[in-house]
Amino acid sequence: MDIRTTGGPATAEEMAAVDGLLGEPESLWEGGERRASDDHLAYGGRATRSRRHLLLPVLHAIQDRSGWVSRGALEYACRRLSIPPAEAYGVVSFYARFGLQPRGALSLHVCDDIACKCSGAEELCAALENAHGPSGVVWHRSPCLGLCDRAPAALVERAGMQHKDRQIAPFTLAQAESILGGGAWPEPATYSMPRQAQPKLLRRIGAVDPESLESYRLHGGFTALGRAEVIGSDAVIREITESRLLGRGGAAFPTGRKWESVAKAAARPHYLVCNADESEPGTFKDRVLMENDPFAIVEGMAIAALATGCEKGFLYVRTEYPLARRRIENAIAQARAQGILKLEIEVRRGAGAYICGEETALFNSIEGKRGEPRNKPPFPVDVGLFGKPTLVNNVETLLNVVDIVVEGGASFAATGTKDSTGTRLFCASGHVTRPGIYEVAMGTPLRALLDTAGARKVQAVLLGGAAGSFLTPDQIDVPLSFEGTRAIGATLGSGAVLVFDDTADMKQVLLRIARFFRDESCGQCVPCRVGTKRQEEILERMLGGRDGDGRSDVLLLSDIAQAMRDASICGLGQTAANAIASGLTQLKVLNV
Amino acid sequence: MSEAVFVGLPRRLVKLTIDGREFEVAEGSTILDACRRMQIDTPTLCQLDNLTPVNVCRVCVVEVEGSRVLVPACSRKVEAGMKVQTDSDRVRHSRRLVLELLASSVDMSLCSPQVHAWMGRYGATPSRFGDQVATAAQPVKIDNDLYVRDYSRCILCYKCVEACGVDAQNTFAIGVVGRGFDAHISTEFDTPLPDSACVYCGNCIGVCPTGALMFKSEHEMRAAGTWDESRQKVTETVCPYCGVGCMLELHVQDNSIVKVTSPLDHSVTSGHLCVKGRFGFEFVQRREAKR
Repeated sequence: MDIRTTGGPATAEEMAAVDGLLGEPESLWEGGERRASDDHLAYGGRATRSRRHLLLPVLHAIQDRSGWVSRGALEYACRRLSIPPAEAYGVVSFYARFGLQPRGALSLHVCDDIACKCSGAEELCAALENAHGPSGVVWHRSPCLGLCDRAPAALVERAGMQHKDRQIAPFTLAQAESILGGGAWPEPATYSMPRQAQPKLLRRIGAVDPESLESYRLHGGFTALGRAEVIGSDAVIREITESRLLGRGGAAFPTGRKWESVAKAAARPHYLVCNADESEPGTFKDRVLMENDPFAIVEGMAIAALATGCEKGFLYVRTEYPLARRRIENAIAQARAQGILKLEIEVRRGAGAYICGEETALFNSIEGKRGEPRNKPPFPVDVGLFGKPTLVNNVETLLNVVDIVVEGGASFAATGTKDSTGTRLFCASGHVTRPGIYEVAMGTPLRALLDTAGARKVQAVLLGGAAGSFLTPDQIDVPLSFEGTRAIGATLGSGAVLVFDDTADMKQVLLRIARFFRDESCGQCVPCRVGTKRQEEILERMLGGRDGDGRSDVLLLSDIAQAMRDASICGLGQTAANAIASGLTQLKVLNV
Repeated sequence: MSEAVFVGLPRRLVKLTIDGREFEVAEGSTILDACRRMQIDTPTLCQLDNLTPVNVCRVCVVEVEGSRVLVPACSRKVEAGMKVQTDSDRVRHSRRLVLELLASSVDMSLCSPQVHAWMGRYGATPSRFGDQVATAAQPVKIDNDLYVRDYSRCILCYKCVEACGVDAQNTFAIGVVGRGFDAHISTEFDTPLPDSACVYCGNCIGVCPTGALMFKSEHEMRAAGTWDESRQKVTETVCPYCGVGCMLELHVQDNSIVKVTSPLDHSVTSGHLCVKGRFGFEFVQRREAKR
């Protein structure tokens, strides 16, 4: 492609960052030096274009080196990958974590989402605002960083030759001042799981060394993969189907049925994607699993690929999880080096977009495009990543798979209820004395979980994160199963259990949720793009007590909610009004 | 003897029910195709026959039995036995809200009379969100002599991006930039058009449904209050420049060409032109005396 660039050359540093990932350019056509032959011959175009999916990794390389993406650097990336600059600009501007304005090497992201608000995040942000000016220059407000168990949370990053990033929680003002003043970063605390009786999925957490394949083996690791290789694809899928496992990412689709469809799909190759873009506010289970039991996830992916005939795997993890990313990369490298893992797995970093947890948006993101969801049908099992049949599973789902292959589907299905088998991980946070991950058998009453986690004077529980809904104190006897929550119009969603006691300002919580969806809507379809904006505006004016007539505003909100639910392209828009609607109708937050 | 020509496999007919009426259409058709064949007026904004459906505006949604959410008629293919409702309460509600949400955020006054008729049909009252709401209001971008971009009228239907890209021109001068309510159409880094990859084919103007993209001549006449479509005559002709044979529609007011278009269903152009056909008409109306 003849790419017109006008932004001036990239710096040597920026070019080195891009070339470090892509290798030296081979010709003028790929952004290199002009050679005599280039004047008469164009070549390599197809090969260059076939790498466009590397746009996000290239942008990360630039940002990691210089702290932002300059025009020259972006245009150099465009020439290297044969991408029109206007399109690439659309991609960079889509992802919140890429900066398009010059900024310092150090960036500090402070979570101000719901769970952290319960632990003083707002006071922390106010103090930072006072001392260092508004968010967006020296420090940045961030949506949920997935550290709700140790709130308030922050993520600090330093660009340069040696790029460094680290999550810090609990985060204090003193730490912020020290980091912004160039001081050392506090070491991340190791995860300490709340005590609970006989964890199953979580049994290795804390016991196994997450960086050692040998240690994983000593804990029974890779026996499931060995058994899968012996019994073969059909038998594995039969076990999964018999287990009646439902996907743990939020949509609760039968895993066995999905695997069978991919295995039977005629088109080749098949792709496997592990969705580790956990961004639902109040959810951190996948992070804990990846940080503390990474080999099991790799084993789960190997089994899934074996059963469904996937030639290549991707693990898409949000960029806010640096430790999880490193642990997973290490696990893949070790398993590959030992010859245990035959599947090629590429770890891809998100770039600050909640929507990329939606499977088709995730495909577009891996393909180097804006993370806009696709219309379904066609479904990913037929037309997924790169247009090929694709199996997408959540981290927790894959962990369950490992156990199912060893113990058998029928035995797995003995735990839980008839329609919701097995155990489920829940992330308790907010006003609880023992926040953390809890594993309970499906069907356990929410009250039991709240008691174990230490919830008192409960005003409300947000079940399933921002896309979930609020429960009132008289609803907390609901059994934690797919059918149990459905019966009261709620959802298990991602497994987030956010608890608010009687001191919580629910108006501010609702407003934060509305702001979250306005920020995270991709902007593609009208109901969600404009609907989330109007929802925020109306809620703001209701909370401000303006206009007096709350009733007409409630009607307006419910009209918007119905259109978003009915006519949005993807699950984000379809659920963007749930929590707010339940807050207004169930909790009567505004007495209207 | 001439060689056999492959005309494709015969297409089966698929039977479906729309609004209680049974109907047969060729497989591979969309619900919108079927609705049009049945004379059911279906609102569309981001759909155009010469572009790939992007199904982003959601104004064409219909209710399909068995589907949890409404489905976009413009891109959903018909299936045997499908039961479709195009005028249920849910459908009417979503269509109304889409039109209201759009009209509350952008200036839709220059949309076709058809769009205004849909607003009336579904009872869209954009003002009910209040007068303090965010809009896309912004100054008109005038950075070249041929056309202007008024993004305060842009409903983000993606049509111009498609026409600039693989659906017609393959120039890729513009893209969708930003996210959520802030998403908008832009060149890279908001570069003025003369510095961008734009080749001034004007195919984006040809597909724009809201008047956000407009001939500079039209923009200036509207500003001066002299634009009057009732006094315009449309003359069909063939472009004089090269041998392709593109059909032009010259819109003439007061004996001056004010705009050039091409019919969407024309076999040569599919509605698309190049810079010469679209803008190269000044030589026709140079009126100063020859030296």
